[in-house]
Amino acid sequence: MTQNHLITSASLLGGAPQDILIAEGVVVALGADAAAHPAAADATVLDATGLVALPGLVDVHTHLREPGREDAETVETGTRAAALGGYTAVHAMANSSPVADTAGVVEQVHSLGQAAGWVDVRPVGAVTIGLAGERLAELGAMAESRAQVRMFSDDGICVHDPVLMRRALEYVKAFDGVIAQHAQEPRLTEGAQMNEGDVSAVLGLAGWPAVAEESIIARDVLLAQHVDSRLHVCHVSTAGSVEIIRWAKQRGIKVTAEVTPHHLLLTDELVRSYDPVYKVNPPLRTQEDVLALRQALAEGVIDVIGTDHAPHPSEHKECEWAQAAMGMTGLETALSVIQHTMVETGLMGWADVARVMSEAPAGIGRLEDQGRPIAVGEPANIVLVDPAARWKVDGAAMATKGRNTPFQGMELPGRVTATFFHGHPTVLDGALNTPRHGAGA
Amino acid sequence: MTDAISASDAGQSVQRVVLNSGDIDRALTRIAFEIIEANKGTQDLVLLGIPRRGFPLAQRLAQKIAAAQPGFDAKASLGQLDVTMFRDDLARQPTRSPLPTQLPKSGLDGKVVVLVDDVLYSGRTIRAALDALVDLGRPRVVRLAVLVDRGHRELPIRADHVGKNLPTASSEKVRVHLSEIDGTVDEVVIEAGA
Amino acid sequence: MKHLLSTQDLSRKDALDILDTAEEMAQVGQREVKKLPALRGRTVVNLFFEDSTRTRISFEAAAKRLSADVINFSAKGSSVSKGESLKDTAQTLAAIGADAVVIRHWASGAPQRLANTDWIDARILNAGDGTHEHPTQALLDAFTMRRHWAKLAGTGSAGTDLSGMRVAIAGDVLHSRVARSNVWLLRTLGATVTLVAPPTLLPVGVDAWPCEVSYDLDATLEQGVDAMMMLRVQKERMNASFFPSAREYSRRWGFDDARLEALDRHGLKDTIIMHPGPMNRGLEISSAAADSARSTILDQVSNGVSVRMAALYLLLTGGRDDETSTSHAATEGIPA
Repeated sequence: MTQNHLITSASLLGGAPQDILIAEGVVVALGADAAAHPAAADATVLDATGLVALPGLVDVHTHLREPGREDAETVETGTRAAALGGYTAVHAMANSSPVADTAGVVEQVHSLGQAAGWVDVRPVGAVTIGLAGERLAELGAMAESRAQVRMFSDDGICVHDPVLMRRALEYVKAFDGVIAQHAQEPRLTEGAQMNEGDVSAVLGLAGWPAVAEESIIARDVLLAQHVDSRLHVCHVSTAGSVEIIRWAKQRGIKVTAEVTPHHLLLTDELVRSYDPVYKVNPPLRTQEDVLALRQALAEGVIDVIGTDHAPHPSEHKECEWAQAAMGMTGLETALSVIQHTMVETGLMGWADVARVMSEAPAGIGRLEDQGRPIAVGEPANIVLVDPAARWKVDGAAMATKGRNTPFQGMELPGRVTATFFHGHPTVLDGALNTPRHGAGA
Repeated sequence: MTDAISASDAGQSVQRVVLNSGDIDRALTRIAFEIIEANKGTQDLVLLGIPRRGFPLAQRLAQKIAAAQPGFDAKASLGQLDVTMFRDDLARQPTRSPLPTQLPKSGLDGKVVVLVDDVLYSGRTIRAALDALVDLGRPRVVRLAVLVDRGHRELPIRADHVGKNLPTASSEKVRVHLSEIDGTVDEVVIEAGA
Repeated sequence: MKHLLSTQDLSRKDALDILDTAEEMAQVGQREVKKLPALRGRTVVNLFFEDSTRTRISFEAAAKRLSADVINFSAKGSSVSKGESLKDTAQTLAAIGADAVVIRHWASGAPQRLANTDWIDARILNAGDGTHEHPTQALLDAFTMRRHWAKLAGTGSAGTDLSGMRVAIAGDVLHSRVARSNVWLLRTLGATVTLVAPPTLLPVGVDAWPCEVSYDLDATLEQGVDAMMMLRVQKERMNASFFPSAREYSRRWGFDDARLEALDRHGLKDTIIMHPGPMNRGLEISSAAADSARSTILDQVSNGVSVRMAALYLLLTGGRDDETSTSHAATEGIPA
């Protein structure tokens, strides 16, 4: 018997205030019925006046680093960060050490997630053995494992061999899988350090041209069409990529696309500082790209937000730009950045936020009890956000081990005040509460 | 000698003129004769002005000496000695851009060098000048001529020729205006300290 | 000026201050005693992560002429090559009391990292970083050009700029820190700059630079050039398909004997030929051009010492940050 919770006067997806009653991990009553429900009698009451209630967020793109790089992050610390950011599920990318390219590794990550109890951890399987881009990993075994893998990706490395990519797309049809592609033509980006353009010309840093991303996306959507399979494009970063994906969707190709919070806010102008906290793959692009990405997300050409949360130990960032690791943390800032770039600009409402940060990501990963509406009988994965709050980003105060937030010192809107994970409050009053241990764990 | 008191434009500090242009000219004439006398003529004489205002003073002295001793070639006996790089306060004061050092063609070896500056105060500028000289040649004698000696020495240095001894408080500022540099009428003023 | 990282952030006044001070420093080089006491007791570290004997000895001579203590720290054979980080190296130099760090690094932006972090509180001089900038090279080039330009005008150099001067820079602009530093500085000093290179060796984004771009060296010469600067071309670029062959490169973009004669044919009798060195004779420049009376290549080397003296002097004197005294420290009766 778990504690029941009565959330009062929460604005559902930004709409009129309602009460929400949670019992046994499920939403049992809404609105006027909630307080009158028998389960409300011994419920803990949480006053949510002024707060927005969203379905628990689902990240399609998280690097938890375990196994292998526990100095950067562990499943425990990464999922604590996720819960604080309002997430109830994350997809753990395969580029751990060893690589998540066997049923054994994905099951290990999956159980670590269950043991931690902060969010659902859904491992992503590698497409190729050791991310080497040569031979398919045992995709079927990973799909059938206890981890139930549906998303496969060599993220960090592009599956650049067109035949291998074709085979992968075809093969995962057998178990309704999806290939999540890190679109980066390797020859065009040898030694690349930042977006190729006006800023790279001045800084003398080797350029990562937009065409290196766009040419792979163009090829892959045509392959997906040819074999009629599901393609997911990771971290779209250029205006040109948006146009290709728009075209593909118009032709009915089964492609979904993701954008990171940092690509919706930051540009390559920041690289002028040579501070590697701004070094990321794909690189920060131009203002024109940022605006095109926001528009594409609002229009649904881009389906989801993926954080590409990539924690690194500080020694990998406290060095020369060229020596530094690529990546930024993102779980604890994602929702605030989306509110800042999409909601406060009038491009999206809270229902749209729920779509791109919860429903659609759960759909791509085929997570059945995540990304559901907040309705009677649905699993109680709910996040409460105070949209009026303002906070100053401080990497040192975060739950992630990574200190590499590119938003350090910025004032952002929106604060996660509570996260309910299958009815259990993992976050209360904006701070970590307790992990969920029990059924299914 | 004038002793006028004028309040400056904004009335911030009080300025007192202690030497007017006539006073300055008479003082320089006297120094010119002293130099000739001390040197028993103008044999091997070189006048080195310390920028910025020491140089026009040296130039005027050279002209006065030439007027009295027609054998003296004013132009060939005149130079400028920049001491910027030899100062002992480079790390403390705002950055100073060095100014040119120009020596007479005949050099300094065996010469009687008269260093010329506008105000003698702590003595540190002259210390720097003596160090600078060492790197440029080996004069037979080095002497010092200043328009004003305001006291407050911090080093064992004294002037051989002084236009005017001026008792001052260290809070006061002594300003020398010369037509060649400042484009105004020649005068020496004392400004009360802040 | 706290650091010298890039010519892009040098104002016209800063640039002229350095060049004018360098003129005075050049005088010292003519004297029997080639030494000034200005930086006595200050420590200058030459931190070289990349071999460059020429640049290192130029900085070393400059610092020594100003009486600074010089420590040469080469990444080869030191703890740096054993994996010590830039941060640890910087903190080590801070601990031994370095007042200035002259840094040459293969990574673009490494000097700015030292300047922007709290790893070390010393003046940072960029002695060439990756394919980014090489500000003292551009300053010595500008110094050389200014002397030439002032001589043609019949004036002294001090206080003058390069207004009206037409400068062409030819070669591997894409990988050249010298080209970048020169484009910003020469523009600041009033010259017009034309970059001449095969399109593969120009960066994407070059159209936003304050200069002209040409693919045709002959056409550029025909339009009139007062200073022709050739950049070093690495033969390895050929293997990466930046150009088909060394022969084709030198035929189209090298300063060969025919182009040397073309200067006379176009009536450009006062045009100088420059090269930052080291040269690939026969590739980007012919021996006849490099050794001609027009060549300023050796002047550039000796001017390098004067310019680096000026930069060290201006960065290392002048007190701590913003501690400018209230009264302007002129000569008037203020203790010197």
